[in-house]
Amino acid sequence: MPEHEADGQLATPTHEVRDFLHSRREQIAQRWADEPLFRTVFTVSRDEAVEAGKVIVDALAQVADSDQVEDPDAAGFSEVREQLARMGAARSRAGLSNTQVSSELAALRPPVENLLAADLEQASPEHLRACSTALTVLMGTLRLVAMQSALSEWQALSDRQRLQLMEVATPVIRLWDGIVAVPLIGTLDSARSQIVMETLLNAVVEQHARFAILDITGVPTVDSLVAQHLMKTVAAARLMGAECIVSGIRPAIAQTIVHLGLDLDVITRASLSDALGYALHQLGADIVNPGAGQR
Amino acid sequence: MHTAAGVEACLPIRSDMDLVWVRQHVRQAAARLGFGLVDQTKLITAASELARNTLVHGGGGQMEATRVGGAGAQGLRLAFTDEGPGIADLDLALSDGYTSGGGLGMGLSGARRLVHDFDIDTRPGSGTTVRVTCWVGRPPRPREEA
Amino acid sequence: MNDASSRPVTGHVPVLRLGDVLLVTLQGDLHDSTAQQLQQDLAETISRTGVRGVLIDISGVEIVDSFLGRVLAEIAAQAKLLAARTVVAGMRPAVAITLVELGLTLPGLSTALSTEAGMELLARQAPVTRPGGPRQERP
Repeated sequence: MPEHEADGQLATPTHEVRDFLHSRREQIAQRWADEPLFRTVFTVSRDEAVEAGKVIVDALAQVADSDQVEDPDAAGFSEVREQLARMGAARSRAGLSNTQVSSELAALRPPVENLLAADLEQASPEHLRACSTALTVLMGTLRLVAMQSALSEWQALSDRQRLQLMEVATPVIRLWDGIVAVPLIGTLDSARSQIVMETLLNAVVEQHARFAILDITGVPTVDSLVAQHLMKTVAAARLMGAECIVSGIRPAIAQTIVHLGLDLDVITRASLSDALGYALHQLGADIVNPGAGQR
Repeated sequence: MHTAAGVEACLPIRSDMDLVWVRQHVRQAAARLGFGLVDQTKLITAASELARNTLVHGGGGQMEATRVGGAGAQGLRLAFTDEGPGIADLDLALSDGYTSGGGLGMGLSGARRLVHDFDIDTRPGSGTTVRVTCWVGRPPRPREEA
Repeated sequence: MNDASSRPVTGHVPVLRLGDVLLVTLQGDLHDSTAQQLQQDLAETISRTGVRGVLIDISGVEIVDSFLGRVLAEIAAQAKLLAARTVVAGMRPAVAITLVELGLTLPGLSTALSTEAGMELLARQAPVTRPGGPRQERP
């Protein structure tokens, strides 16, 4: 795309907007930085806001130059995304929510529109309308880009936190030579049960564990989905040559399982200690109660 | 947001040997994209099932591997195409235990459970295309029969 | 103990005889035809040697799809008909998770964590008794 239209040819509205953004970048950025919004952000200096404004205006001009005002994937918007990420990080450090950035971005629109209207005072009403339409579309796409990056940032954060939480919440304990246990606490959804299954099976390999105990004392409810997750883990352990025992079945849960008609085709024990006793017995190491007299 | 990032490769599925190539290719592509070991294994197994379907039921065809995704998510899409007789009763073919090829009847229904997105395009007499996609780091979807 | 009768023919997986047990080690990516050949070889070797156990080490296998799963199940079923027990040892966690997700839990298959554990399992289990008295070795 040529930098400027050939002589004698009228610029398209989009390119008119581009030229306007180029020539007015300083004023737009200054007016934007004067928005009352920024006064509430004590950590953002006026210079900083002006610089941010220039980066965004330049990027918008680049998008207008490429004639992709409706495309949120236009090359120019990658600069905007980076700038938004920087602003978002700065605002969250200052303890502000990430809606702050989108409000700031929304505040860019009035100064740009007013300046464009002032610049095109002499133009025909049709041309002015065409140009402001192009600008409106461009600003609309900018908001879409802002929304996308806010969403993906939030998604990445929540994914990270969920993973961290799940890893922390799944400790595999070696109870005895050849016996590992995982106490399950909280709700067992698909993501969590995948982690539980992987962690437990890896421990089975590392510890040469013939028995793996899944203790569900801390699982609030067992519905058919939870039962299915448990059975998958049991089946996978069995394929590897280890036996699973499900322990910690509270009376209420036993009732639910029966009411739902769920088929838990697995060795179950009421408590973790019963499960350990069973596994030890299978390994040929029984627990002998020394009796009161020997104490 | 999910724009295709270009076709990575197109492999023929004409023989038993080609199944091995398909598995190796999917393994490398999945490892490059950063899939975890379990997700890699699931995707390769699904590819193996679908490639064998293409070979046994479709009389041969091809697999196209494409990297998909934008800024947020990355994934690998595999498309298996044949010009075979197509599938007359899709619901039946997708049910567990149904087999027309002497297998365990877990090929199509099993492969569907191993991936995130599953899409099948078939008409009797005009071939079959199965498209599957796995996304990096996404948890497995719960089974629908639960 | 080292009564090895491996068959280094192309397309064949070596079958090693250790006393009363046939040991098969699967490695890497198997062709469908190689797996089928193994199934046939094992049936012949069991009936020729009269061994009581078959141990298949799959710790080097990265993928078990429904085809290989079926071959393993059929090996176990045919060995049982020939009065031998089959143990599949060393399945990797990722492979086990995938098989379960695929819907194959292979209920008829005995499994062990390692070849050592598999050997123990075969030694511990009472020999399969077949009707018709003690078996006779064929020439």
